[in-house]
Amino acid sequence: MLQLSALAEPLARSNDVRVLVVEDDLEAAAYIVKGLRESGHVVDHAADGDDGLNLAMSGQFDVLVIDRMLPKQDGLSVVASLRNEGQTTPVLFLSALGDVEDRVSGLRAGGDDYLTKPFAFAELLARIEVLVRRTSPGEAQTRMRTGDLEMDLLSRKVTRGGQEIDLQPREFRLLEYLMKHAGQVVTRTMLLENVWEYHFDPQTNVIDVHISRLRAKIDKSFGTPLLHTVRGAGYTLRAPE
Amino acid sequence: MPRNKLLSTTTFRLALVYLTLFMVSASALLGYLYWNTAGFLARQTEATVHAETSAFVTLLDEGGRAALVHAIITKSRDPRQNLFLLEDAKGEKLGGNLEAWPDKTPDLQGWINFNYARRTAEGDIEIQEAQAMATRLPDNMRMLVGQDIGERRRLEAQITNALAWSVAAMVLLGLAGGAIISRNVVARIDAINRTAKDIMGGELSRRIPVSGAGDEIDQLAENLNDMLDQIERLMSGMRQVTDNIAHDLRSPLNRLRNRLEVTLMKPATQEEYAQALERSILEADELLGTFNALLLIARAEAGAARDGMEWVDLSELAQDAAELYEPVADEAGLELQLDIEPDLEYRGHRELLAQMIANLLDNAIKHAGEKAGGKSVRLSVRTRGMMGAEIVVADSGPGISIEDRERVLGRFVRLEQSRNTPGSGLGLSLVNAVARLHGGDIRLEDNHPGLRVVISLARRARRRPSDVAAE
Repeated sequence: MLQLSALAEPLARSNDVRVLVVEDDLEAAAYIVKGLRESGHVVDHAADGDDGLNLAMSGQFDVLVIDRMLPKQDGLSVVASLRNEGQTTPVLFLSALGDVEDRVSGLRAGGDDYLTKPFAFAELLARIEVLVRRTSPGEAQTRMRTGDLEMDLLSRKVTRGGQEIDLQPREFRLLEYLMKHAGQVVTRTMLLENVWEYHFDPQTNVIDVHISRLRAKIDKSFGTPLLHTVRGAGYTLRAPE
Repeated sequence: MPRNKLLSTTTFRLALVYLTLFMVSASALLGYLYWNTAGFLARQTEATVHAETSAFVTLLDEGGRAALVHAIITKSRDPRQNLFLLEDAKGEKLGGNLEAWPDKTPDLQGWINFNYARRTAEGDIEIQEAQAMATRLPDNMRMLVGQDIGERRRLEAQITNALAWSVAAMVLLGLAGGAIISRNVVARIDAINRTAKDIMGGELSRRIPVSGAGDEIDQLAENLNDMLDQIERLMSGMRQVTDNIAHDLRSPLNRLRNRLEVTLMKPATQEEYAQALERSILEADELLGTFNALLLIARAEAGAARDGMEWVDLSELAQDAAELYEPVADEAGLELQLDIEPDLEYRGHRELLAQMIANLLDNAIKHAGEKAGGKSVRLSVRTRGMMGAEIVVADSGPGISIEDRERVLGRFVRLEQSRNTPGSGLGLSLVNAVARLHGGDIRLEDNHPGLRVVISLARRARRRPSDVAAE
């Protein structure tokens, strides 16, 4: 549980995040609910599509975790109804179906993210956090800043402490994603999906090598490191306290 | 072969339809033939009788009764078979070679068909058939002019007979021909059915005999045989998967279970528990990875991913994969060389193709690193022939011996020298499955030194349309 509390730290600081878990497998649901509560979230649970839809309609949740296959009403139609009613609460689909086609249909139905079962809890937690942050008002940024690291999205320039850092295009995208989610944990899978648009798991840990290259450029010759490894989960870019 | 089976075959029914059509047209032809022969004779009789009658009527008009009687008596002596009879109002015979007026009423045109007795050359009396025309003359005389039609009837009978025989022969030959043809076809289809039954009975290796005629049934047999080969391959693949799952997932599962059990056996510190759990999670993740790879291979092999086919920029895909692996290659002390033909599009499954290239690079980097004596890995993507595409990954590592090449394409095969590198041993079999899904194949060649993996993809490549337009 050491890792989990470490992960929950940034979330615990922001106000309570209210999560609705709609999952018919009670054991799996109990595990998710327990994990999320221990990470400092307020969690509700519904065991079928109808209940899930009714609860979600109240609009009192920050994020919905919905299983794709549910009794009474499947996850896709629950989300479709929600979106029809103008509910924009972010939705994370859980599914045993992991094919590209299934993922595409899930996202098309109004889902914001898609996680294939089985998954590591750290992965779910990281994705929930990212989804919650996404809804917080964020006007189109042209400059981002983490500590003394600065990124200009227009001129595509990166500086740290006023010193310009030369990045390859993909390294730029990697850093951009990390900075966009600064303070949050991003998993290797999230990086693969969002920076490389790959939805499979390369056998070697290629992401680690890319991260260490990026780290060499942004952290090496500077005093305080910004890019941290979160054991068992992924990475986080964080300004020093 | 039972007769009712023959009658119920499609071929035989088809033969019957053809036979019927043939008979209808043949009957029309025969009818025309009949009309032109037998009919011609009948018409000629009528024409002659008409001509004679009108000649007599003219003679009566011009020469009077005496001339007519004289003419009839003269004509009656003619040995040909024309028949005459002239009677006065009282029914007395005035002349002619008929003894008596036939007791039959003439039809509307005045025709009478009747039998009469005739004396033959030998003096016998014989009954002959005749056709004649009765004409009423002035002074209540009546005249009969006719012809013996016995000869004609015999000729007609002969023609009818001949035609009947030809119809019979036609029907018989047609039926026999249809039966023989369909019997032949039925026998061959029977062979297919028997083979299918044998296969359903479990003899999976049975194949349909091919006659070598190269006709449609042979083509059908060949296609079915190909299909059976494919099914057998899939089934043996499936069997192998289950065997391999049993083998390769069972032992790590067992290890996982043992570790947890042993940890529980003796009291341990919080730290020790955490460590054991962490290792267990790691092991479970590896198991899941293997499991997912197996599912993906099975899906690619079953062709289920065929729905996801789209035009994929293969050049870009290869470029991206190379870019993903470049730092890894660098870290392994390898130079990643690229030889990618630009703007090459291919109709395929984006995800699986990307993963295939990634797996190939992963493999090459893993097995041909600096430690193994390798210096570089080269990724080439190019068109090959008409619309074909080829993906080649060549390394300069230790390579694979010829004997092992076939084996490494199988699932879970990890050669002795690579036991200590990470991986499930599923990389190349996934590559193989993806290549096959795209109608291609995989070849392992010697790179002198090193291994060269050549993936040939079926003809579904094209140049990017925009470039075609720009040229």
